Amino acid sequence: MKKILVCVKQVPDTTEIRIDPVKHTLIREGVPSIVNPFDAYALEQAARIKDKEPDTQIVLLSMGPPQAQAALKKCLAVGGDKAYLVSGGVFGGSDTLATSYILSCAVQKVRELEGPFAMILCGKQAIDGDTAQVGPELAEHLGLPQVTYAVEVTAEQNAAVVRRETEEGFERVRVQYPCLITVTKPNFDPRLPSIQAKLAANHKEIALLGVEDLPIDLEKIGLNGSPTRVKKTFTPPVKTSGVTITEEDPALAVEKLVALLQKDGVL
Amino acid sequence: MMKSAKNDFWVFVETDATGNAKNVGLELLNPGRKLAQPQGGKLVAVVVGNHVQAAVNSAAEYGADAVITVEGEEFAHYSTDAYTAVMCQLVQKYQPAAILIGATNNGRDMGPRMASRLQTGLTADCTALDLDPDTGDVVWTRPAFGGNLMASIVCPKHRPQLGTVRPGVFKKQEPVLGRSVTVIRENLHVPAEEIRTELLETIREAAVETVDLESAEIIVAGGRGVGSAEGFGPLQELAQVLGATVGASRAAVDAGWISHVYQIGQTGKNVAPKLYIACGISGAIQHMSGVNNAKCIVAINQDPEAPIFQTADYGLVGDVREIVPLLTQAIKKAKASTGK
Repeated sequence: MKKILVCVKQVPDTTEIRIDPVKHTLIREGVPSIVNPFDAYALEQAARIKDKEPDTQIVLLSMGPPQAQAALKKCLAVGGDKAYLVSGGVFGGSDTLATSYILSCAVQKVRELEGPFAMILCGKQAIDGDTAQVGPELAEHLGLPQVTYAVEVTAEQNAAVVRRETEEGFERVRVQYPCLITVTKPNFDPRLPSIQAKLAANHKEIALLGVEDLPIDLEKIGLNGSPTRVKKTFTPPVKTSGVTITEEDPALAVEKLVALLQKDGVL
Repeated sequence: MMKSAKNDFWVFVETDATGNAKNVGLELLNPGRKLAQPQGGKLVAVVVGNHVQAAVNSAAEYGADAVITVEGEEFAHYSTDAYTAVMCQLVQKYQPAAILIGATNNGRDMGPRMASRLQTGLTADCTALDLDPDTGDVVWTRPAFGGNLMASIVCPKHRPQLGTVRPGVFKKQEPVLGRSVTVIRENLHVPAEEIRTELLETIREAAVETVDLESAEIIVAGGRGVGSAEGFGPLQELAQVLGATVGASRAAVDAGWISHVYQIGQTGKNVAPKLYIACGISGAIQHMSGVNNAKCIVAINQDPEAPIFQTADYGLVGDVREIVPLLTQAIKKAKASTGK
């Protein structure tokens, strides 16, 4: 039986975020929390492997506040068999290095309880931080080989074959088990849960892991264990509005546009 | 690694399949110099690959004070294991203050792997670089929350300070052709059994040789309003008349109308043309964060409420399927009359 661990983060839906026009800060109130879309793609890749090999087991791992259980419930309804949530105030303020270290400790703990994993799948990046660092940093902490930017993962006996996005097109890469793969947007959508699966997910238990459950060095977590600091945040400058060409006749409008571009010297 | 006294700044100059330097590495030599100089540090380009003399020469011509290079068959194409191993060994030996890495897919694969091995801080996908005048630390500025917020990050106590930087944000300096600098050849190798991935196939998307969005002077980009794969035809014609490169928004790529190699924006390429013609692109912040550095933005969209009209220099409300062919004709006419 193959076991796959999928890492999931609950994130604010950044497409719903607005900027306070006076204070220039993010308005987070009323912004819905969702499963990070790239993690949903990672879970879908795991679920597709399970479709082909039904004895595959998918274990979910998340780190976040207790509310993140809602995200795990959603994942349990679309292929996840079991879920673990790492939660605790001491983890707050962790940068990507500290976060990936905490996750690596959690993976060791889950491995003790569940047995070894052939693959760990993560979303390429979370849409709030957009760093794409936690996956590779986690792989390094665990000493696993990695492949990033996967759009398709095929499970072989002892290795995975990954179709990986590059600037020029794609690569196909074979990576030995156990490995870590980060997943980007494929050309298919993640499956939707059935009503029965949703109900069943509600009855599945989510195991909570606190700091006391993990083999962890407290010096390496939280703000104090993080090499990076946020010095300041600001909203990107907004350019003031330009010229709207109002000519009704499209041919005249286009002529005016060309004249303006020539005057500016960009044509 | 904890802080040490070395002040050298490194730029990882990624190479392509032919052993030439990718543009972003040469671009980063420019800000790298401005960061290294005030602290009396050297600007060092690091080139890893096989048969990469062309990249070594380019690094010298585009401003590196010295080049460290590692060559071997195992580095002929990128692998996480081989590249991370040799980069970390070089860091241990020379202890640079900071390393700038292009935020390409491979750069963003290797950067975090190095940060985790070296136990240091890494800032992803930066769009601005400065020095903190008090501490001399690099201030790495990057977009977060889908481009809604900018964050400036420092790494005060750990070395090297690491950052990946978006291609197309910085301009290459003028090259000094034939300039030669000290080249240190490090004889490092990674045993085959330590490389746990195997590249089976490289698939280039059709016509990709012509896609160089990051250095394009003019870009004609299409979005959802283009309507179909065929809808890019008139955009291609306009691009041809202008000598421009075609690009696309994520909506058009997601719809399957055009390959992801053409995508511009937060999850695509960062561009800095003098003229950006956005056709049927609504202008979500994720897209606009990739075109911030365009000198002049023209928006053609039939929705007068589309957010792109707030950032465009010139806005034209109308159906791209009607406007674009008219624009092609008008530009042909204008070019004919000015004799260009």
